[in-house]
Amino acid sequence: MSDRISRDAVAHVARLANLALTDDELDTYTAQLADVLAHAADVEALDLAGVEPTTHPYPLTNVLRADVVGPTLDRDEVLAAAPAVADDRFSVPTILGEAP
Amino acid sequence: MTTTLLPEGWELIVGLEVHAELATATKMFSAAPNMFGDDPNTNIDPVTLGLPGSLPVLNEKAVELAIRLGLAVHCSVEPSVFSRKNYFYPDMPKDFQISQYDKPINVDGWLELPDGTVIGIERAHLEEDTGKSSHMGGDGRIHGASHSLVDYNRAGVPLLEIVSRPDIRTPDQAKAYVSELRSILVATGASDGKMEEGSMRVDANVSVHHPGEPFGTRCEIKNLNSLRSLGRAIEYEARRQVDVLEAGETIRQETRHWNEAEGRTSTMRVKEDADDYRYFPEPDLVPLAPSAEWIEQIRADLPPMPAERRARLAAAAGVPKTTDSVAVIVERDLDGLALATLELGADPGRVLVHVEQNLSGDGSAELRPDLLAALIALETGGELTATQAKQVLADVVATGADPAEVAKAKGFEAMSSDALFTAIDEIIAGSPDEWERFRTGDQKARGKLTGFFVGQVMKATRGQADGGAVTARLNELAAG
Repeated sequence: MSDRISRDAVAHVARLANLALTDDELDTYTAQLADVLAHAADVEALDLAGVEPTTHPYPLTNVLRADVVGPTLDRDEVLAAAPAVADDRFSVPTILGEAP
Repeated sequence: MTTTLLPEGWELIVGLEVHAELATATKMFSAAPNMFGDDPNTNIDPVTLGLPGSLPVLNEKAVELAIRLGLAVHCSVEPSVFSRKNYFYPDMPKDFQISQYDKPINVDGWLELPDGTVIGIERAHLEEDTGKSSHMGGDGRIHGASHSLVDYNRAGVPLLEIVSRPDIRTPDQAKAYVSELRSILVATGASDGKMEEGSMRVDANVSVHHPGEPFGTRCEIKNLNSLRSLGRAIEYEARRQVDVLEAGETIRQETRHWNEAEGRTSTMRVKEDADDYRYFPEPDLVPLAPSAEWIEQIRADLPPMPAERRARLAAAAGVPKTTDSVAVIVERDLDGLALATLELGADPGRVLVHVEQNLSGDGSAELRPDLLAALIALETGGELTATQAKQVLADVVATGADPAEVAKAKGFEAMSSDALFTAIDEIIAGSPDEWERFRTGDQKARGKLTGFFVGQVMKATRGQADGGAVTARLNELAAG
């Protein structure tokens, strides 16, 4: 067990990501994620006061596209790839159950 | 204003989140059309569907429109970053929505309501709209539905989310804020602002507290599709929260759904913490940093906003900028006509009255200011009564004819003083008792009888007499 991340926190993150993990997997990933965080701790140890956080590796800004209409996909072709279709729309199971 | 909304000692606190669809030709991150009302799933491309290998590219026009709106509500335009908001819901095929999170494009602005109240704006950030789900079975509602059908035409449409500060205190103020924001969205060209087509959607954060104490726990109300729903929902929710708190219970932070038919809100879902969306910077989009030149170019191109137009008209008419007629005239886009008429020297009071009250029909906007000024000159010169002027104006709007000619054709010729005085003498002769009381009575009696005599003279002259002239003559005769 690591003090960098708890087993509960890993279970929580797994739930948010819609991943069903077994108890063994939870142990495995808790250890692995702790290693990843240990690596991040090396960076944390540096004095970064005054350094802007990096949000992107390329030194680029303002990559923009003109507002001009382009091609669209053929609906029948797209819907043919869907598991279920009705009225030209994707049919999906309802996500929200009864309110708590 | 609703001052009796809540029991003594309680105060309502409202902040609004307005989502406006931006008036672009294409989506936020791809070239699929941004078009309301098309056949389902026709405006879709690989980016819309989140197909493997597809990459988003930001729409320049969406950025420009966001900046336009931001500047119009006095925001500071900042370097910004797009983030992924992760959640599992079928309205976004890629299982995340691209939004701006900790670095929004517009921050820290405000707008001024027609009554002079200033409402702060925390931020106005860019994000993409989601697809449209229709819940089948269970009467089309989420609860009890058996399955949902999804149309992705709307997925990826550029949105601006405009978040107010919790500065709103009444349901009427909330409505006035949304109405003002809609006018600004339309004036800037950022959005068509059509609530009925969903291009402008409002969520309300409502809480109550005792003034002087910290704000209470807030609930977010969704499904507010009209200004009427907005006002009713806030009112209902405020009363519900006070009832809960006065019963000694606590408010749970949650999202609630407004049911317009039943006139009540109900729990939709307990509020997820922001962290649960696991926001992180979108790796497929680089930061946005509009240049100062671009921002200033956009600022220079902005038309005057409603608040500025109200101030200009009020100054020209010599009335306070919070005057109701001024707000109505600007709202109807008739302030240009009013200003041009005022410039021709027309009486300001009559200009505001005619433009506000008598120019709502077809062709009003095309009325020539010189014709309106000419009509008002006839009126203030005593040649037309207010009632006659209104009738003449209707004809002038419809035909574009000269007001003097229309008045003549209608037989609205000014009464000569002689004819008016004769008519007054006849009425006095026919009502000796009333006249005696008018002559000798106190101010109150005289005021009452003035109404009587003016009415009688109007009747006798079929409305051709000028009320002010009749009153003046009556007082003159009584004094003499």
